[in-house]
Amino acid sequence: MSAFGQVVRNEARLVRRQPTNMIGSIGLPVVLMIIFGELPSFRQHISVLGGLPLFDTYVPIIMVLGLTMLTLLGLPSPLVSYRELGILRRLSTTPVPPSWLLAAQVVVQLCIALAGLAIGGLFALGLLIAALAPTANSVNAIGRLTLIPLLFFAGLWLPRPLMPAVLLDISNYTPLGAAVEAIQGSVQTGFPPATPLLVLAGYALVFAYLARRFFRWE
Amino acid sequence: MATLESPAAVALMEAPAAAGHRPAVEVAHLRKTYGTLVAVDDVSFTVAEGEIFGILGPNGAGKTTAIECAIGLRRPDAGTIRLLGLDPHADPHQVHEIVGVQLQSGALPAKLRVGEILEEYRSFYRDPADVDELLDVLGLAAKRGDYYRSLSGGQRQRLSIALALIGRPRIAVLDEMTTGLDPQARRDTWELIEQIRDRGVTIVLVTHFMEEAERLCDRVALIDHGRVVALDTPARLATQARGGKTVRFLPSAPFEDRLLTGLPEVSWVEREGQHVVVTGTGELVNAVILALHTAGVTARDVQLDSSNLEDAFVKLTGKNLHTEGVLA
Repeated sequence: MSAFGQVVRNEARLVRRQPTNMIGSIGLPVVLMIIFGELPSFRQHISVLGGLPLFDTYVPIIMVLGLTMLTLLGLPSPLVSYRELGILRRLSTTPVPPSWLLAAQVVVQLCIALAGLAIGGLFALGLLIAALAPTANSVNAIGRLTLIPLLFFAGLWLPRPLMPAVLLDISNYTPLGAAVEAIQGSVQTGFPPATPLLVLAGYALVFAYLARRFFRWE
Repeated sequence: MATLESPAAVALMEAPAAAGHRPAVEVAHLRKTYGTLVAVDDVSFTVAEGEIFGILGPNGAGKTTAIECAIGLRRPDAGTIRLLGLDPHADPHQVHEIVGVQLQSGALPAKLRVGEILEEYRSFYRDPADVDELLDVLGLAAKRGDYYRSLSGGQRQRLSIALALIGRPRIAVLDEMTTGLDPQARRDTWELIEQIRDRGVTIVLVTHFMEEAERLCDRVALIDHGRVVALDTPARLATQARGGKTVRFLPSAPFEDRLLTGLPEVSWVEREGQHVVVTGTGELVNAVILALHTAGVTARDVQLDSSNLEDAFVKLTGKNLHTEGVLA
């Protein structure tokens, strides 16, 4: 593995082993969405918002909140502690510049953001199924039916590199296909590609909107 | 570190063939100021390839600043630096390949494992050492899977030394490498350093441990107030410090100093209460005892002191390393 890959790998290990920031950045938005979704005032359709429920306007705000927590807390705090511990100084005595640690952190935090978006998108898909399914039994049926194509396009049976061009194009625009592409791209180039990130964010928004739209409380 | 003599130790430390007789380290007229404070003032020294060179001095003397300039971490205000002919400020990348550095008080992420840290740093170099062999040599083989935070002070120190050696450097710069080690670990580390030197690696050691400098260093530069106050082998520095040996004894009867000061071996005579302290060279003890005998005086409680590096240090800097040096 390349030197930069090694740095990224150890930074990722550290985030995994000290997951406070990561959990906050992904968990808090999820918790907020659930709470806001439960509040009756957030469910009222508001005419100044073009008849949309207030909740809908909060979905992108909450997602941005999670991303902001990553950038304002998740990114700087390890770097400052590296300076305190003398790790940046130690690195500057090796052939590798200390700025690599910064770059590695950006990559790792972007991957977390991406994971957050993927989770957000799938979460919203789950909510949409809940909104559409008439009975508990049908949830199982719809869930399974959705799962199989999702996993197929993620490459579970036919790995993506082996897919014909058409299948690969479709896969790129499915939620799991985009997630796999984003992770693969991050590992290969050290930087997550933009397209799958946008695809995931799009799914998160669309599914969340549809779920809100069709959900019935009774 | 029971594995110091293992074949792994030998394989690890095989350095590239020495390149001619070019000095490993050349520092000339180095100067570094911080505002009005002159941290390093006209420091010059040369280290030959394969030498263990000590930089000794109290805290705040400028040792670390001088070293940080020498390895390219700080830009000096004046002076020239060459490491195996390379300028660390013009050629930092090349210099970092061939110079391994262990800085004072550098920690590492608490939740990385020993092996993970070494694998990461190993990937930075073109021709690195083997992680398993290095761990073996430093007695950390059993700790490979342990988190950094679970290591003892001595183990952390050895890991830090391992990181300085992982790139198979031609020059190793070790700043206070045995601070915080217990006496046994310290002696093991000294043995390791000697083995690394025996493979042709040049070693620059910053220390305030007299014993360490005396035991390990081929030559020592004493630094005080940013200046090199002495530079020689530890033995010669020690001899210069007191002008030789000292005999301390309790005379059986009073006698006049003239009896001894007239002897060619004696440099001077001092009284410490009832005791007499005679400093001189050559066959000092015999000469003193014989002279006393002819005057009918017997010397009791005779103690012979060879002065050591510590005496040299006190004499040259007017400081006691173990009080001011460590606490200041």
